[in-house]
Amino acid sequence: MKNRPKSLISINDFTKDEILKVLELTAKFEENPDQNLLEGKVVGSIFFEPSTRTRLSFETAVNRLKGRVIGFSEASNTSVSKGETLKDTTMMLANYCDLIVMRHPLEGSVRYASEVSKVPVINAGDGSNQHPTQTMLDLYSIKKTQGTLNNLKIAMVGDLKYGRTVHSLLMAMSHFNTSFKFIAPPELQMPDEYCMYLKNKGLNFEEHTDFAENIKGVDIIYMTRVQRERFSEPMEYEKVKNVYILRNTMLNNTKPNVKILHPLPRVSEISTDVDNNPKAYYFDQALNGVYTRMAVICYILGIK
Amino acid sequence: MEKELKVSAIKNGTVIDRIPSKSLFKVISILGLEHCHNQITFGMNLESKHLGNKAIIKVTNRYFENDDINRIALVAPSAKLNTIRDYEVVEKRVVEVPDEIEGIVRCMNPKCITNHEKIPTKFKVISKNDDVMLLCHYCEKITEEKNFEISTAQ
Ligand SMILES: [Zn+2]
Repeated sequence: MKNRPKSLISINDFTKDEILKVLELTAKFEENPDQNLLEGKVVGSIFFEPSTRTRLSFETAVNRLKGRVIGFSEASNTSVSKGETLKDTTMMLANYCDLIVMRHPLEGSVRYASEVSKVPVINAGDGSNQHPTQTMLDLYSIKKTQGTLNNLKIAMVGDLKYGRTVHSLLMAMSHFNTSFKFIAPPELQMPDEYCMYLKNKGLNFEEHTDFAENIKGVDIIYMTRVQRERFSEPMEYEKVKNVYILRNTMLNNTKPNVKILHPLPRVSEISTDVDNNPKAYYFDQALNGVYTRMAVICYILGIK
Repeated sequence: MEKELKVSAIKNGTVIDRIPSKSLFKVISILGLEHCHNQITFGMNLESKHLGNKAIIKVTNRYFENDDINRIALVAPSAKLNTIRDYEVVEKRVVEVPDEIEGIVRCMNPKCITNHEKIPTKFKVISKNDDVMLLCHYCEKITEEKNFEISTAQ
């Protein structure tokens, strides 16, 4: 399609300047979330698989800005379950709204939808591929708690092999001279392509299997869930499942400014005794998602 | 080379030489030669100094653009093209792996949209060296040469 509108499918679709611009807007929305910027606009919220958390965050963002939402929250009972192609569903919906927010279990599906849609599309998660508004809210949380994105030390912990949030965050943070510590069991180490990516950009990274020792000097601890289904051998999972749990005592010798992030939902990888530690930030992080999504929507629509 | 061309020399057209024998039918398919009405001769399992065993295709009165010919680079990187006019080789070309590839290869990620909906695949070539690596435009996963599955339905 010629003159396709700007969409947000992968965090790499935004330049460093665009990321910074969206983060600036996010701060303004946090100060004043009730504005009627989306009055008269209709947003299609199209979830081919359920994700209550992400959907509510987007829909809250639209509602607070006085826009309207149409769509569906899962594919059953829609024309999709009758075998309609993604292309047809997307083209039909693009006739009804000014912007589409889409989540789909297949990877690359939302990129494809953005190529057949005449209105912009925001990716709300395509399988294990991308979830760029999550990355944007992670960036906002880091900037807000550290005062800057530049020259920080980040420890990424847990499932670094399959975790899409850590991959996207790594790409985005590579604009800001970050140094990384990858802490994971040998089976779930950061894939080579991402290590190569950092090497080519001349950025520092270290790979570790030991957890407690390696979070001492960092500014951000980014936790992810180690999932049983990622292991081919149940024994392997049993060996590591308790190794990558963050406990309150482990935070004693960490930097005073350190903050703990987690894309949520958490299962057992952060012990509940951490929740009341001022270094825990994961619940505030989730709230930032609404402001971030307001900013992304308005930026994409060219309203701000 | 000289000797071979004489075996079934063509007056005008293209000779695609040094195709690995196992790739002959893929090359035919990628170039769409099954739909071509020109006179075509194929040879397979011929002796080759370079490959040990090669195939050759001679197409009368047909010339190929670089874009077309580079599409066979994934299955026959060693191929050489000779353009023939009046029984003489007037131009020799080698194939080159292009920067982008559309169609031809299947994305190896079973969860990629291109394996579920009728969409031609699209890749960026991120390595052209010994092991060609393709980055899927849609799912952003890498398909390596050892996993190439050539889909020739155009
Ligand atoms: Zn793919």
